[in-house]
Amino acid sequence: MSKAPPLLQINQLSHKVIGPVTLAVEAGDCVCISGPSGSGKSLLLRAIADLDEHAGEVLLNGAAARDIPAHNWRSRVGLLPPESVWWLPRVGDHFHGDLPVRMDNIGLGNDMLARHVIRLSSGEKQRLALMRLLSNQPEVLLLDEPTANLDPENTRRIEAVIDEYRRARQAAIIWVSHDIAQVERVADRHYAVDAGELIEQTIEGR
Amino acid sequence: MVELTVVDLVIAATLVLLLALLSLRLQSSISRQLIIASIRTAVQLTLIGLVLKVLFANASLGWVMLLSTVMLLVAGREVMARQERRFTGWWGYAVGTFSMFLSSFAVTVFALVIILGEDPWYTPQYAIPLLGMLLGNTMNGIAIAMDRLTHTAWEQRGIIEARLMLGERWDEAISEYKRQAIRSGLIPIINAMAAAGIVSLPGMMTGQILAGAPPVEAVKYQILIMFLITTGTGLGTLAAVSIGARHLFDERQRLCLDRLRQP
Repeated sequence: MSKAPPLLQINQLSHKVIGPVTLAVEAGDCVCISGPSGSGKSLLLRAIADLDEHAGEVLLNGAAARDIPAHNWRSRVGLLPPESVWWLPRVGDHFHGDLPVRMDNIGLGNDMLARHVIRLSSGEKQRLALMRLLSNQPEVLLLDEPTANLDPENTRRIEAVIDEYRRARQAAIIWVSHDIAQVERVADRHYAVDAGELIEQTIEGR
Repeated sequence: MVELTVVDLVIAATLVLLLALLSLRLQSSISRQLIIASIRTAVQLTLIGLVLKVLFANASLGWVMLLSTVMLLVAGREVMARQERRFTGWWGYAVGTFSMFLSSFAVTVFALVIILGEDPWYTPQYAIPLLGMLLGNTMNGIAIAMDRLTHTAWEQRGIIEARLMLGERWDEAISEYKRQAIRSGLIPIINAMAAAGIVSLPGMMTGQILAGAPPVEAVKYQILIMFLITTGTGLGTLAAVSIGARHLFDERQRLCLDRLRQP
């Protein structure tokens, strides 16, 4: 019997400055990517989520993105952008599925869903954006600096929530981070972007 | 009806000339534009008067279609020119022109055949003025709505893409902006209907009364025209916004702002 395909398989993906990238992420694995700004990390995530036109192919459980309706693909391969965007008056209006974890697990009050979006701090927005994404139950998480504006305590909380989701859902994660200490905490593998290519790095203490 | 002579028109032109002189004394740069616009009005209307005279004398379907097509193409160009971030390439021209063709022509033919029932149905005394009024108003609605749609899509691209990232379909992600665009395209004609007769006496009705038609007859025509214009503008705006919104996304439901021209 042939081996099952990896949860996420990226073949020869190119988009502007990034690529060609070939990468497989197994279910429950977390891959970190770091590199200078402008090196194409965000472009890579946008291409995997099929938000931008790109060369190469991406497969989920062996099924190519082009064979899956785009909106289904993007709810299964969830991208968390660095800046969260809100368009309805209240936080709860943006949530469709069930909350993946309790709000107090990420340092937010349980009245959060009733709050007006304009009264949120940028840190609260970022944590809520993660909750909103996880409530879709994506199989793959593409995280673009999910803790960039957060203090150390809330950074740990976010990391814990992502870790809990990864284990419970057996999700594959691609995590863009500038913080090398964070990479050491969360990554199974670590790549640095160099001239558009992913170069595997050794992780300290493994 | 009082027949106007050339002298009558010269007297009216003198009034505009006096206004131009007055604004020149006030150091205003508008006098030049006033003169040019006045000359254009006189020349363009005289020409269309001559064209209509010939057309009325030779009422064939072919000539009516030819003039209608010219009117449509000019209106299409006008719709395109009024959009700051229109679609690049032939789409920029085609979306508005096709929507106007769909709505204005359909409503005009409907009114000619079903309501007016002249023989032949394309009698130019009815067909051309009707089409002209429909095109003129539909053009406004479509231009405003398309400008609003493309402008908002550009401004709110962050929100549209955030909604796509959360697995919404393209039509869900843009629905609010489609609604706003259609609304802004229809507001002028709704306002015109609401104010008609109280604040303003519509031009067509006024013209008929000046030409000696009984007021109630003129009013009936004006009501008919208002309803036709509203239907035409509404259908045209709906069509243009629907086609335009679809064209903002590709087959993978990606927001394609590179399909819009940079202002």
